[in-house]
Amino acid sequence: MQELIQQLVNGLSLGAIYALIALGYTMVYGIIKLINFAHGDVMMVGAFVGFFSITLLGTNIAVAMLIAMAVCALLGVIIEKVAYRPLRNSTRIASLITAIGVSLLLEYLTIFLLGPNQKIFPDTAFTVKAYDIAGLSILNKDVFVFVSAVGLMLVLQYIIKYTKTGKAMRAVSLDNEAAILMGISVDKTISTTFAIGSALAAAAGVMVGVYYGAINPLMGIIPGLKAFVAAVLGGIGIIPGAMVGGFVIGLLETLVSGYGNSLYRDAVSFGVLILILLVKPTGLFGKDTGEKV
Amino acid sequence: MQTKKIKWTRILLEAAFLVVLFSLVQYSISTHMLSQYYQINLTSMCINIILAVSLSLINGFTGQLSLGHAGFMAVGAYTAVIMTTKLDYPFLAALVGALFAAGLAGFVIGVPTLRLKGDYLAIATLALGEIIRVVLQNIDYVNGPAGISGIPKLTTWAWLFGGVVLTLLVVVNLVNSSYGRAIISVREDEIAAELMGINTTKYKVLAFVIGAGFAGLAGALYGHYFYIIKPETFNFLKSFDILVMVVLGGLGSTTGAVIAAIFITILTAALQPFPEIRMIIYALILIVVMIYRPQGLMGNKEFSRQTLGRIWGGRQ
Amino acid sequence: MTMLTINKLHKAFGGLSAVMNFNFQMEQDELVGLIGPNGAGKTTVFNLITGVYKPDQGQIIFEGQNLVGMAPYSICAQGVARTFQNIRLFNELSVLDNVKIACHKNVQYSVLGALMRTPAFFKGEAKIEQDALKFLEVFKLENKRDELAKNLPYGEQRRLEISRALATQPRLLILDEPAAGMNPQETNSLMKLIEMIRREFGLAVLLIEHDMSLVMGVCERIYVLDYGLIIAKGLPQEIRNYTQVIEAYLGEELN
Repeated sequence: MQELIQQLVNGLSLGAIYALIALGYTMVYGIIKLINFAHGDVMMVGAFVGFFSITLLGTNIAVAMLIAMAVCALLGVIIEKVAYRPLRNSTRIASLITAIGVSLLLEYLTIFLLGPNQKIFPDTAFTVKAYDIAGLSILNKDVFVFVSAVGLMLVLQYIIKYTKTGKAMRAVSLDNEAAILMGISVDKTISTTFAIGSALAAAAGVMVGVYYGAINPLMGIIPGLKAFVAAVLGGIGIIPGAMVGGFVIGLLETLVSGYGNSLYRDAVSFGVLILILLVKPTGLFGKDTGEKV
Repeated sequence: MQTKKIKWTRILLEAAFLVVLFSLVQYSISTHMLSQYYQINLTSMCINIILAVSLSLINGFTGQLSLGHAGFMAVGAYTAVIMTTKLDYPFLAALVGALFAAGLAGFVIGVPTLRLKGDYLAIATLALGEIIRVVLQNIDYVNGPAGISGIPKLTTWAWLFGGVVLTLLVVVNLVNSSYGRAIISVREDEIAAELMGINTTKYKVLAFVIGAGFAGLAGALYGHYFYIIKPETFNFLKSFDILVMVVLGGLGSTTGAVIAAIFITILTAALQPFPEIRMIIYALILIVVMIYRPQGLMGNKEFSRQTLGRIWGGRQ
Repeated sequence: MTMLTINKLHKAFGGLSAVMNFNFQMEQDELVGLIGPNGAGKTTVFNLITGVYKPDQGQIIFEGQNLVGMAPYSICAQGVARTFQNIRLFNELSVLDNVKIACHKNVQYSVLGALMRTPAFFKGEAKIEQDALKFLEVFKLENKRDELAKNLPYGEQRRLEISRALATQPRLLILDEPAAGMNPQETNSLMKLIEMIRREFGLAVLLIEHDMSLVMGVCERIYVLDYGLIIAKGLPQEIRNYTQVIEAYLGEELN
C-alpha cells in the first residue's frame, strides 16, 4: 500500500508534465483542427532556452522558465504564421505533413547548431533533495514540477474562462465563421492560442530538464507523442480532457515501470488509448456529435 | 472486336516494355555496370514504391488516415526473416508468408479501429504500430531490441521488380473496378456511400488488409537485402516517411505515389554526402512543397497514356 | 398491399423528442408526402427508415421485414433508396461514376476477378456501364457523363442524386426536399419526372417537400408532422382544410 502511494506520488509530476504538453496540442487542435506534430519539439526548444538561461545568463530556475516561455511563445507564433497559416484552407493532411516538416526542422536545426549529444541540466539551478513525509520519500523536484504545472493550468483556466482573449478562443474554436461575423480577429486569436500553447510546452521543457536531469535535441519526440496520446485519450480539443489524459498517462507509466516490465511502458499507454477509443471513440470527455444528415 | 484487338495490342506493348526494362537493368547488374551504390538505391526505390503505393490505397483512395504502416512492414519483415533463417523455408514462401501475415495483422487491427474517424483513427493506427514495435522489442526469440542480423541477401532485382509490378497490378486493377469505386466512395462521402448500398466497413477493411499485406511484402524484401532488421527501424517516424511520399505524390494518385517514392529516394541519396544538413533540407522541402502545392504533385490525377497523348497532341 | 408499416416510432436526441409515437402506412406504388414546419422531425423519420439513426422504440416493417437495427447498406439492399436534403454527391467523381457506385450492390464479379481481369470482369463492367447510362438517360444527364459531379449546376445535381438513388433499384424511393432551390419551371418538370419514374419503375415514393404546389399536385396522401407528432393525415384536399395544419404549417396569414 505504502509503495503504491509512493508510485502514485512519483507519477503525479510526470503526469503534470504530460498534461502541460497535451494542453498545447488540444488547444491548437480545438481552434484549427491541426495535429501539431511540432509541439513536442517546441518543448525541446524550451528546455534548451532554459538550459542556456541558467548556464549563460546565470538565472535561477523560475526566471529560466519565464524566459523559455517567452521565447517559445514567439516561436509558436512564427511557426503558425510561416508554415500553417498559408495552409489554413487546404486539406488537413497537407497541414499535417507541414507539421511533420516543422518538427524535423526544429530537431535537426538544433542538432546542427548545438550537436546531437545530450546536455546535463545544471544542478546548481536546482539541487535535488528528498524529504521524508509520513513514510513517503518526496523529492523537491517532483514538488516543483507538480506545483508549477498546476499553477500554470490554473492561470490557463483563468485566461480561457474569464478574459476577452479566452472568450475569443472559445468562440473561434466553436464556429470560426460566426466568430468573424462577431468582429473577432481570427488570425490574432489563433496566434494567441499558439503563443499560449507553446509557452506551456516551454515550461514543460524546463520541467523535463529538472525531472530527468538531461536534455537533447530529440527529447521532444516521445513525450510529444505521449502528450498527444493524452490529449486524444481525454477527447482532443477539450481542455479538461487534456489535463486528465496527461495525469492518466503519467500515472500509468509510473505504475508499469514500478511494478511491471519497464520495456512495456510505452506500449501500455498506447494500449490504454486503444481500449478507451474502442469503448468511447471520441475520448473520455469527447462528445459524439455525429454528422448531420 | 476492334476494341478487343486494341486491348490486346496494348497489353502486349506494356508487357514488352516491362520485359525490356527488366532485362536492361538485369544486364547492367550482371555486367557490373551498375555499381553497388546504385544497386542499394535501386533497392530502396523499389521498396519505397511498394510502401507508398500500398499506403496510397488506404490513405489516398479509401481516405482513411493511417499512421501505422511501418508496423505492417515490421510484421512482414519479421515473418519472412524467421521463415528463411529459422525455419528454412524458400524465399518465395517467405514472401508469400509476409504478405499474408501482414494482411492478417491489418485485418485484426482494421476491424476494430476502422470504426474510428479521422484523427482518432490516425492516432489509433499510430499507437498500434508502436505496440507492434514494442512487442517485438520484448520477444527474446527475435533478439529483442538488437534485432535479427546475418540475414542472407536473397532479395535480387528480379524479386524487387516482381514485387513492384505485383503491387501496382493489384492496386491499379482494384481501384479501376467496381470494388475500387466502392472504396473511393467511402473517401468521398461515407454516409452517402452506405446509403447507396455500399458496405463501407467491409471496403475499408479490404483496402486496409491489401495495403497492410503489401507493406509486409516490402518489409520482407527489405530484411533480405539489408542484412539486419530491428524493431527501431519500424517506428512511427518510418510511417511518417511513407505518408510523406503518398501526400507529396497526391492523395488518390498511384502514379503520384510512384513518382514521389522515386523522388524521395533520389533526394535521400543525393543528400547523403551532407549528413549535417540533410534532414534540414528535407524538412524545408516538405514545408515548401506543401505550402505551394498542398494537393501534392499529381493531385488526384493519374499520369497515363491519355495524359501523354494530350501533351503530345496538344489537345484540351 | 401494404409496403411500409411504421409502428410507434420514437426517437429523442438528448432530452428532445424529435419523433414521438409515429405511426405510418404506405401501399405499394403509392406516392405519399410528409410535410410540416422546419424542425418538425421529417428528416429524422427518413433517417430512421434508412438506418442512419437507430430508433429508441418502434418498428419499421418494410415488405414484412423489420428494418430496425439493420445497417444502412442492408436497408438499401432490401429495396429502399433515398436522396438528401443537402445534396450529397461524390463530388470529385464523374457523373457516370456516381451512378456506377449505386450499381455496385449487384456487381457480378469477385474481387479476385477484378484483380485478374477475368472475362467476367469485363462483362460485369460492361453491364454496370450500360445500367448506369440507362439511369442517366432517364434524367437526360447522359451527355454530362464525364463531368465531375461538383461542376454540375444545382438542378442537375438534384437530378443526378435521384438517378443515383434509382440505380440501386429500389422499390421504395425516399426524396428529401427534391425541389429545394428550384425555380417553378424546374419544379414543374421535376413533378412530371417523379410521376414518370414511378410508373416506369413501379416504385412507391415518399417525399418531404416545402413546395406546396408540388406536394398537393403529385401526392396521393399526405402526413403532417409537427413537433415530432403526426397532427393530420389524409388526401391533399382534406389536408388543405385542416385548421390545425393551416396554423402549424401554412401560417395564419392565409386566413
